[in-house]
Amino acid sequence: MTLALREMRRRPGRFAIATVILTLIAILLMFLGGLLDGLVASSTGAYRIQNGDLLVYSGNSRDALVRSRIEPAVRQQVESVPGVARVGGLGTAQLGGRVPGRGPRDLVPIVLFGYDLAPRGLPATPPPAGTVYADDSLRAKNVKVGTTMQLGPARSPVTILGFVSDSRYSGQGTVWGSLDTWRQVLNANRPDARVGPGVVQALVVQGDSRTSAGLAERIDRSTGGATASLTITQAIDALPGVSQQRTVFNQIIGVTVVIAIVVVALFFALLTVERTALYGVLKAIGASSRTLFVGVVLQAVVVALIASLIGIAAALVLDAVIPAGTIPFVATPARLASSAVVLVVAAVVGCAFSLRRVLRIDPAAAIGGTP
Amino acid sequence: MTLVESIDTARNALEMRGITKIYTVADDVVVALDHVDLTVASDEIVALVGPSGSGKTTLCSIAGGLLSPTDGSVVVAGKEISDYSGRQLTEFRRDSVGFVFQTVNLIPFLTARENLLVVDEIGRRLGRVARDRADQLLEELGLADRAANLPAQLSGGQKQRVAIGRALMNDPSLVLFDEPTSALDSNLGDQVVHLIRNEMKARGTAAIIVTHDDRITHYADRTVHIEDGRIAK
Repeated sequence: MTLALREMRRRPGRFAIATVILTLIAILLMFLGGLLDGLVASSTGAYRIQNGDLLVYSGNSRDALVRSRIEPAVRQQVESVPGVARVGGLGTAQLGGRVPGRGPRDLVPIVLFGYDLAPRGLPATPPPAGTVYADDSLRAKNVKVGTTMQLGPARSPVTILGFVSDSRYSGQGTVWGSLDTWRQVLNANRPDARVGPGVVQALVVQGDSRTSAGLAERIDRSTGGATASLTITQAIDALPGVSQQRTVFNQIIGVTVVIAIVVVALFFALLTVERTALYGVLKAIGASSRTLFVGVVLQAVVVALIASLIGIAAALVLDAVIPAGTIPFVATPARLASSAVVLVVAAVVGCAFSLRRVLRIDPAAAIGGTP
Repeated sequence: MTLVESIDTARNALEMRGITKIYTVADDVVVALDHVDLTVASDEIVALVGPSGSGKTTLCSIAGGLLSPTDGSVVVAGKEISDYSGRQLTEFRRDSVGFVFQTVNLIPFLTARENLLVVDEIGRRLGRVARDRADQLLEELGLADRAANLPAQLSGGQKQRVAIGRALMNDPSLVLFDEPTSALDSNLGDQVVHLIRNEMKARGTAAIIVTHDDRITHYADRTVHIEDGRIAK
């Protein structure tokens, strides 16, 4: 092993091409992963901050918030199901927002959420009518504490009381107010979607931890099919575009990993061919194939680690310099670490293709002992 | 085996009995060695000479555990190695024999000292003991001031001396030299042959030197001729 590391130290140029190519692949992997995480985060934040176990839609909603309506009677049925600890209403309205300091036609896409069971990061009691908390991302749109925005064609005013982080929905910034604020704004701006008192779009359900197993099925059974209950994870996966984004990006990431494996396999196969005579001599003086192959693997791992470290640094720099609200890129520690692990594993798999070549090197060839 | 034979076996660095090596290349059968017997005493230097293709390198490879014979018995320093597995042969080469190759074959990115220590790195890892032995060998071979030089910074003769040092690192019973002077001019070749004899005799180590070089036959205790895979009588 010392031999392999010493070779890298004394002949760094020999490994430069592989390191450069793997570094570019590492940057690509981490950029793609960061984009995927950013896109998913910007679509699902409003669900991820929900302080509940289940999201309950109306039975005919096809798991879409926009098509869902829960009447007060159904809510009462849900509240009475054994195992349900707390229930909160949720309503949304996607509208254009006019922000002071921006042009009259320069609308900011906004999703207004009404709630009564506080999501994480929001006060337990919803703010008074006409006031809201805004998602952090809206700061980049000139939204500040005290700003009064006008929502929708009716120009319904809402005043910002503070900010909440990571609560975006459908790639848009959100504002969070009471269910009354939501109904007022919705009814004023979307006559086609008016809702009566007590009506919400979905319910956030907290289960009693002792009896929460099978809670979704019990709720849907007790309402006679008037509801469709999903875990938060299922609800996130059912959001339009989320699973498609994941699938497409994961396929691109998969192809990139395959390319990394091929690059490492080709590079170390060439290196092994170059070293045939050297390995023959080492085998002749008593080195085992295992010792030699461990050296090859070690070199591949070192190259992959260097590439990963540069990739991580590049991803962090990108994350810092990309202006908020432009490219949905997030460099999370989990993504960076998993990308590095994937690259190292790809390097090990790639150099495994050299194993047969190393095994086949005949020590007798070192002194011309084979015909 | 009688008591006298047993004592002789213990004294001998190498005993080969009825060694046959047959290669099958495509549909052709090549008999490289044909019932060869060879004994080398524990401090004997044997020059093995013969024309190209006569089987001398194959004989040397079998004696050093690089190849297994098709038939026959090989005993090196009292160990019967003809039935050894690949793994056992690897350990045997690491612990019991030394090789000096025709093209020297030092590891180009290691210094002279590190080229000696590589034997320890792939072997038993004796650490300080191995480092002390490497330093001692370099001193004895007149290379103490070249210990930190890479092979590219050494002359042909110095490289050959480093290769000899590497072959002696594991304190072998038998050292196999493959044409050690073929790449050297006559003056340097003479020095190297002289050095080989001195080092082997000083350590009581046996050596087989595969050669075409007449000077070596003069320094050897015995010359063995091989032709068409048979030892000439």
